[in-house]
Amino acid sequence: MSSNPRHESPAPAGDAVIEVSDVRYAIGGRVIFDGLDITARRGRITAFMGPSGTGKTTLLRLITGQAHAERGSVKVFGREVAQMSNTELFDLRRRMGMLFQNGALLTDLDVYENVAFPLRAHTRLPESLVRQLVLTKLHAVGLRGAARLMPSELSGGMARRVALARAIVMDPEILIYDEPFVGLDPISMGVICRLIKQMNEALGITSIVVSHDVQELASIAHDSFLLSGGRVVASGTPEELNRSDLPEVRQFMGGLADGPVAFHYPAPDYSAELLDEAAGAK
Amino acid sequence: MIAATDSLPVMALRRIGALTLFLGQILARIGPSFTRPGLIVRQVYNAGARSLVIIMLSGMFVGMVLGLLGFDVFQRFGSEDYVGVLAALGNLKVLGPVLTALLFAGRAGTSLTSEIGLMKSTEQLTAMQMMAVDPVRYVVVPRFLGGCIAMPLLSATFTLIALYGAQLIGVQQMGVDAGAYWSQTQNAVDLHDVWEGVVKSLVFGIAVSLVAVFEGYHAEPTPEGVGLATTRTVVVSSVLVLLLNYLLTAAFLTTK
Repeated sequence: MSSNPRHESPAPAGDAVIEVSDVRYAIGGRVIFDGLDITARRGRITAFMGPSGTGKTTLLRLITGQAHAERGSVKVFGREVAQMSNTELFDLRRRMGMLFQNGALLTDLDVYENVAFPLRAHTRLPESLVRQLVLTKLHAVGLRGAARLMPSELSGGMARRVALARAIVMDPEILIYDEPFVGLDPISMGVICRLIKQMNEALGITSIVVSHDVQELASIAHDSFLLSGGRVVASGTPEELNRSDLPEVRQFMGGLADGPVAFHYPAPDYSAELLDEAAGAK
Repeated sequence: MIAATDSLPVMALRRIGALTLFLGQILARIGPSFTRPGLIVRQVYNAGARSLVIIMLSGMFVGMVLGLLGFDVFQRFGSEDYVGVLAALGNLKVLGPVLTALLFAGRAGTSLTSEIGLMKSTEQLTAMQMMAVDPVRYVVVPRFLGGCIAMPLLSATFTLIALYGAQLIGVQQMGVDAGAYWSQTQNAVDLHDVWEGVVKSLVFGIAVSLVAVFEGYHAEPTPEGVGLATTRTVVVSSVLVLLLNYLLTAAFLTTK
């Protein structure tokens, strides 16, 4: 395990699919990342963990070319994302699948058409083959029987499984999961967890999982990066993070209120503020 | 990006610039969009067929009011036969295209804005980008084209029904001679007047559809943002329609 600054990647360079080096990124004057280094290796499940607001989803936006770093380098398949043209970026995204936090299913299409959408957009496959592919992927996530339901008729867990089927329908090399466990009941959570592992093992997909659900991630991730304060504070296997003595890691892994990440948003002294108010009322 | 410190004229100029650039993006993608005509047909149905009832009802009432008003004014000069002329020219040249555009902005324009805005706020547009699908081509262009095609058809429907409404009051109720009514109308209306109405409805259709898809696509991805964008669609497109109506009316008068 290693800690920032100048965190060392656990991946050998030749095996790296995603390389983020010394990245600085700010929105509206607020620095999200400063000196961020991350590497995701081929065929492994890599977890990006961290408290809410640490920029986990922003990191995904940098990797997928939806945002660009002010400084540093973000490489996917060895190519600098920021230097890609729109066409190159779209070519890159065809090699990626992404599962959004809320599924992001197209609400005017039913489940079948949602999964078929990337196929229809990018290929001229005969309808019989499209049907086979769609049903295969829906069967893989256990929702073949829901093919004709509309997104509004699905539960949160079902919507995410449909979105997963859609994400894998083009056989991507990288699969990105943005907060896949949020708002799910334990059964759905377990199902999604198992599916992420199955996709990784059966299809050899490089998986990136962004989440703050420590237990679920520990059961599936090969490599983990803990983000806090705009940088990676620790990395390694989930077991290594659990054994860490770093205060940030201990607070996050143990779910503690006290630690480097303050529970209270910065505010004036509580009693002074109450007394001021009472004095003003008089 | 619009900075908070910008003055109103600067903000308006930026908005116009952004709208023009967006129109450029749409025009660049119109050709490829015709490879999936089903998407456009569905949007013509959404924008057109679903607005039909309100357009027909409004057309009927506007025509009936014109019939009443025309009769009341013209009978003072003993020229009730001209009720049809007033109704035909008023509807063909101004009321048909303008009122249809205003109703279209309220019914179909708001629907387009809120639909695209909600797609944005639920990450559907981002999901498309992540699937290497261009949302402007797949979502915006078919809706824009659907609006542009539906608007002249709705305007024609409005005008025809309004003419019928005016005839209903003028001839059937007030007793104007039917032959005189229609012959005066036929004499007064020429192809230039019909052409004016057609051009106006086309231009208004483009303006309202463009504003609607622009506001939806650029809405803040929050419930409040989508609500504000929907309001802006009605306000901006209504003012734009009235402004364009003045400019086109003046242009057609000079070319007559």
